[in-house]
Amino acid sequence: MKRSRIGLGVIALAAASALVLSGCSSSGDDTKGGDAAGIITVNGSEPEKGLIPSDINEVGGGRILDAMFSGLYYYDAKGNPVLDAAESVETTDSTVYTIKLKPGQKFTNGDPVDSDSFVNAWKDAAKFSNGRLNSSWFENIVGFDGEKDSDLTGLKVIDETTFEVTLKSAQSDFPLQLGYSSFYPLPKSAFDADGNVTDDFGQNPIGNGPYKVADDGWTHKVKIEMLKNEDYKGGREVQNAGLSIIFYDSLDAAYADLLGGNLDVLDMIPDAAYAKYKEDLGDRWINQPAAVFQSFTIPERLEHFSGEEGQLRREAISLSINRPQITDKIFSDTRTPAVDWSSPVINGYDEKLPGNDVVKYDPERAKELWAQADAISPWSGKFQIGYNADGGHQAWADAVSNDIKNTLGIDASGAPNPLFGDFRQSITDRSITTAFRSGWQGDYPGLSNFLLPLYKTGASANDGDYSNPEVDALLEEGLAAPGIDAANEKFHAAEAILFKDLPAIPLWYQNAVSGYSESVDNVTIGWNSVPLYYEITKK
Amino acid sequence: MLRYILFRILQVIPVLLGTTFLIYFMVFSMPGDPILALFGDKTPSQAVLEEISRQYNLDKPFIVQYFLYLGGIFTGDLGITFSGQQVTDVLARTFPVTIQLALMAIVIELVLAVTIGLISGLRKGKLFDNVSLIIGLVMMSVPIFVIAFIAQYFLSIKWGFFRTTVGPGAPIQDLILPAIVLGVSLYATSMRLTRASVIDTLNQDFVRTAYAKGLSRNRIIPVHVLRNSLIPTITNTATNFGVLMVGATVTEAIFNVPGVGNTLFKAIRLGENSTVVSFVTVMVLIYLFVNLFIDLLYAVLDPRIRYA
Repeated sequence: MKRSRIGLGVIALAAASALVLSGCSSSGDDTKGGDAAGIITVNGSEPEKGLIPSDINEVGGGRILDAMFSGLYYYDAKGNPVLDAAESVETTDSTVYTIKLKPGQKFTNGDPVDSDSFVNAWKDAAKFSNGRLNSSWFENIVGFDGEKDSDLTGLKVIDETTFEVTLKSAQSDFPLQLGYSSFYPLPKSAFDADGNVTDDFGQNPIGNGPYKVADDGWTHKVKIEMLKNEDYKGGREVQNAGLSIIFYDSLDAAYADLLGGNLDVLDMIPDAAYAKYKEDLGDRWINQPAAVFQSFTIPERLEHFSGEEGQLRREAISLSINRPQITDKIFSDTRTPAVDWSSPVINGYDEKLPGNDVVKYDPERAKELWAQADAISPWSGKFQIGYNADGGHQAWADAVSNDIKNTLGIDASGAPNPLFGDFRQSITDRSITTAFRSGWQGDYPGLSNFLLPLYKTGASANDGDYSNPEVDALLEEGLAAPGIDAANEKFHAAEAILFKDLPAIPLWYQNAVSGYSESVDNVTIGWNSVPLYYEITKK
Repeated sequence: MLRYILFRILQVIPVLLGTTFLIYFMVFSMPGDPILALFGDKTPSQAVLEEISRQYNLDKPFIVQYFLYLGGIFTGDLGITFSGQQVTDVLARTFPVTIQLALMAIVIELVLAVTIGLISGLRKGKLFDNVSLIIGLVMMSVPIFVIAFIAQYFLSIKWGFFRTTVGPGAPIQDLILPAIVLGVSLYATSMRLTRASVIDTLNQDFVRTAYAKGLSRNRIIPVHVLRNSLIPTITNTATNFGVLMVGATVTEAIFNVPGVGNTLFKAIRLGENSTVVSFVTVMVLIYLFVNLFIDLLYAVLDPRIRYA
């Protein structure tokens, strides 16, 4: 009797677990796509928002959108814009742009790629009550209103393949932006009766680009499967059968998969592997500067950092940082010391800007300048660099503070904030009482994108409240200039002033450090550190 | 017995209300604006920020958000994540994977703990006992991520016995390695409990009586000794199951398991109130029912334990 009861318990336990185990696994095994002929497996992460182009501003969703949509332009490996869905983009005054589309293009569901598919998508993106994360991209188009719903009257459909964009003010680099995902077109099926893009579209997106999402291809949190879109006629000719973008929560797992042969291309190497990735990968690694500029900002409102005193102190602090040593020791050369305010992959990058001596390591001069500042008003208190502790910034923040401490003999340290949201809020509401980490990842490969949002008076990411009328004027002139080169000349003049004022202390550019497996070839990293998937071939 | 079970199930209601309220409150009080964080290093205009907050009910006072959430529960609507998925879908996708992983780990843990613990207890002070105690001590003190990385490096990258990470659909063979890591990291405590309790039971009068009656060792050890020694082990295992539901986060991240730990961690970082609360609620439910199940199992193992 007793014995049978034990037996019963054991059997019940076993049966219960068997049920759960088998129940779970039955749903699983249907996908064997990973090694299917010609499918490339690459790393990614689950998009943070639904896949609506104007609502995605992070790389996880961005790389999917770039693969499945064809905008007016795409960017080649060097960041040059190349016409994609557009046949021409023309203007005479940098204010009114006439855009002609290539005829006969289709979305993968058969809807035509016409003027309406662009105009309607942009109207949805700019509409205030839709709250798209990238709505501000449309603020220079006539009719945009950032506080209430309004009609983008600056968009005019001329015929099926021609439309006209009227800007509020001249903007010479507007075409350069048009390759950014916010400006992608959307098919008719994406819109509801009121002309708004539906949430359902965000879960089942349809594009017109080199790849299309396979049927049931998006397994949330796990991967998204994409196949070559045979109908795509643009310049990004796909050299493989498709992509399997695997979502990873930790970079370490992705790296292990790369070494274990389950992943073909990994576009980032985890910090922990910096020391040995070259050894692990043989010659299958890439390390090149990318469009990420990193710095820290010392707001003027901090004590001792305003006026002439502040200028001297900023310069002294910048001179006391040994950037090459930190990028070598802490980042194993996966960062490149900064010499301008953009990045080497940006159209307009210049390493010979006047005044960029200030980013060289010069402790003697730093001490002198600091002493001069002390003569104006003696230093008191301590110097801290704020950062978010959830983003792997501690090592460099400590190293930079150490350099400052050792050179200037002041109390300097890093100041961690636990969460990114918390960190951003204290910066946005100006309650942060220390210097803080700042950085910029280019949205499009234009110099203005690295300057205007950050250093123009009142600009959206000007978190240090920097304001210099001279810089403002030069940036305006650059925008109104007749072409990109003329614009860059003005921007360079503005950069030279920035080196004097140091609204932020430039640190380094983040490199794209990537690795690939033995089964793929032709891996090139684009200007935005994402591999050019369409070029990759399977052996 | 039936009344006891009913009573235990009814207990769940106030516990759930209390926990959801507390969790909601804690997530709500987390510093920083989650919508602001979605914009990265960029800062949107105040109007846009308020508009998006409104869409996710984040502009409302805590108590209103909480009751909106509670109201949603009764209609089966747990809200949506920032990425536009139903929280119910996310729950349905992630929990089976983690429960499967946890059960596999528990089975491995129990097998290891009971066999090693029993043998150790029977051979107290002998070589096997000493060696197993030392190994157990090592396993207890080495952090789980170390075990995970070592196992991943050698067993899959180097020797290729397993897939490095869990593949699409989390097939059972991919979960074996993470389950072994979890099981191994947990077994030591249960093993020591089993061992201690076997030694204790061996000295009990009823065991001596059994020997005196002339019963064979093969009958005494499993029926009289082991059965009476399992209660502390079972209790510990129940707690472990709860720990595994959440505590597997590190292991889930290393093996890229699309499970609860990973999802919850990300939701907390993003400040997705509804996801966090729903996950915690389901975890509380599982915890309560596992405990109930274990309490019932006691009665099977030890007839003296009866509930009126």
